[in-house]
Amino acid sequence: MAIFIDKDTRIIVQGFTGKIGTFHAQEMIDYGSNVVGGITPGKGGQTHLGRPVFNTVKEAVEQAGAEASIVFVPPAYAADSIMEAAEAGIKYCVSITDGIPTQDMMKVKIFLSKFPKEKRMVLTGPNCAGTISPGKSMLGIMPGHIYMPGNVGIVGRSGTLGYEAADQMKALGIGVSTSVGIGGDPINGSSHRDILEKFEQDPETKVVVMIGEIGGPQEVEAGIFAKEHMTKPVVAYIAGLTAPKGRRMGHAGAIISSVGESAAEKVEMLKELGVIIAPTPAAMGETVAKVLATL
Amino acid sequence: MDIHEYQAKQLLADYGVKIAAGGLAYSPEDAVQRAREIGGHVWVVKAQIHSGARGKAGGIKICKTHDEVNDAAESLLGKKLVTHQTGPAGKQCLRLYVEAGTDIAKELYFSLLIDRAQERIVMVGSAQGGMEIEELAENNPDAIKKIYIEPAVGLQDFQAREMAFALGLNADLIPQAVKLIQGCYRAMRELDANMVEINPLVITGHDELIALDAKMGFDDNALFRRQKISELRDKTQEDPREMAAADRGLSYVGLDGDIGCMINGAGLAMATMDMIKLAGGEPANFLDVGGGASAERTEKAFRMVLQDKNVKAMLVNIFAGINRCDWIAEGVVHAVKKIDMQVPLVVRLSGTNVEEGRRIIEESGLPIITANTLAEAAEKAVQARNEVVAKAQG
Repeated sequence: MAIFIDKDTRIIVQGFTGKIGTFHAQEMIDYGSNVVGGITPGKGGQTHLGRPVFNTVKEAVEQAGAEASIVFVPPAYAADSIMEAAEAGIKYCVSITDGIPTQDMMKVKIFLSKFPKEKRMVLTGPNCAGTISPGKSMLGIMPGHIYMPGNVGIVGRSGTLGYEAADQMKALGIGVSTSVGIGGDPINGSSHRDILEKFEQDPETKVVVMIGEIGGPQEVEAGIFAKEHMTKPVVAYIAGLTAPKGRRMGHAGAIISSVGESAAEKVEMLKELGVIIAPTPAAMGETVAKVLATL
Repeated sequence: MDIHEYQAKQLLADYGVKIAAGGLAYSPEDAVQRAREIGGHVWVVKAQIHSGARGKAGGIKICKTHDEVNDAAESLLGKKLVTHQTGPAGKQCLRLYVEAGTDIAKELYFSLLIDRAQERIVMVGSAQGGMEIEELAENNPDAIKKIYIEPAVGLQDFQAREMAFALGLNADLIPQAVKLIQGCYRAMRELDANMVEINPLVITGHDELIALDAKMGFDDNALFRRQKISELRDKTQEDPREMAAADRGLSYVGLDGDIGCMINGAGLAMATMDMIKLAGGEPANFLDVGGGASAERTEKAFRMVLQDKNVKAMLVNIFAGINRCDWIAEGVVHAVKKIDMQVPLVVRLSGTNVEEGRRIIEESGLPIITANTLAEAAEKAVQARNEVVAKAQG
């Protein structure tokens, strides 16, 4: 199977009956994702989009065999929903919700770390577009049709910039094994490094594209991991060349607050670590094509 | 969200942090009145702007008479102070904090921050206070002590003591320091702050530990549950364009260039700006219009970009996911017709229903320059901008 999800992965939607949850659940179903139900506390027993609604994630795991979840719950309650999923035994959770307080995410990360590694839920996001393994399953809000099945893994903070990368690749006939959005918040469930580790182990992935941006230490940590532990080539682009220091560029995490967090510095460090840099955001596709040609 | 020094001091005082006697003033008369109330022979008149390094910018004045307090207040009120944190435009001082002069024996540095790599709060201290922590980190990194706090159990007294000893405090001051450090930590947790900085933290001639300056920053995402903190917002300290955008659900950051941008998604927005720079231009702004782009929203975004009189060309780059290119194209056509656009417009659409979107733009008969790829869009925008500049120069 692809990393995280496959065509059989049993998916539930947390915040199922709300407007956003409903819209995207339908999109996922239309794509072919195996959505087996959803959660809306108080609406258990009802049917929505032809699937059962549960009061708790635990019930969805017990009665529908839920393995993966996607969270559309509003920011004030999202951390709670993520922890509920982890406690109920969900293996993989994507949090789409944007605007979760940072200290709530600190709590979530501590909560997850208390589980032994083999029982620990993997979380990606929040504030991301989700995960897609083209032709198999979509656990996200992306336009599924722009992704062609293939063997390039994508990991990125940004939704639309990830679409841009997939689109450039598709125009060159290059497909995607899995694309994972890790989100634009300062603290996220999984880091670039965590996802690189998954791609390194994934037989369906030959090359990885890492799309980073200003702020935080994650891209460089991922570069160190790539140098020390990866056999597969990593192509990277870092957005935010023109971003001034100390100004937040949309994403809560996209702010240069200390040394090493600017795009230029990250690019320099990644180059030294042997990561192949896409010189411009318009060259992500052709850079991948060049790397693929050498394999 | 940032707040003023006097606000941070009041919040921290509620958590047991000692501060000097002080009061807020909006006029020279106020300032003199505050000085009278405080008493003593030395006062410090401090400009309240959202920036550090106010001293270097002349925003902090030591006064020995009421007349001096009056003069200091007169010279500061209404003045724009420029520090390296405010940028060249500076920030206007409309409030003053008048404080009793403190007898300083030693200056220290203390702060609490969220460390993104460790995903926890880190306590940072140095026995060398007064200067910016960035400078200290560069010149003397060994003089900085960092202690990470386990979020599940919170800050322990032994950690506060360890920090106090690292600050070089003698045994008599340790209990005071522990109380101050614990107070700052509780304030950070209970108020959803992402930063508490006391620089300098001073030891007075009477062996008291006092927060001589205080700075707090708050998590915007948590303001919904911190009503009291939200009320501390001082809109005069924020960029009016950015605020107006936020009120409309748009994310806007004004920059110094002259190519206006409207893009969906923060990452794609930054990447498009990069492309403009690589093509030889400079972006006038960052603007993320987000997911839903109704005609009304698109029009608002256009107005937002075009109110910047530096803008000589505009670039729209939309990768439609949940959106549809035809809806966006209709929004753009609507906006261009409604607003009397004086600058060339380049539009690049991609994603869902792209053919339909391009057809709408073409059939509109409007002088819109279209592009198919990101690179082409940036090149055409820079070219259009250059033509405008060349024409203006005759």
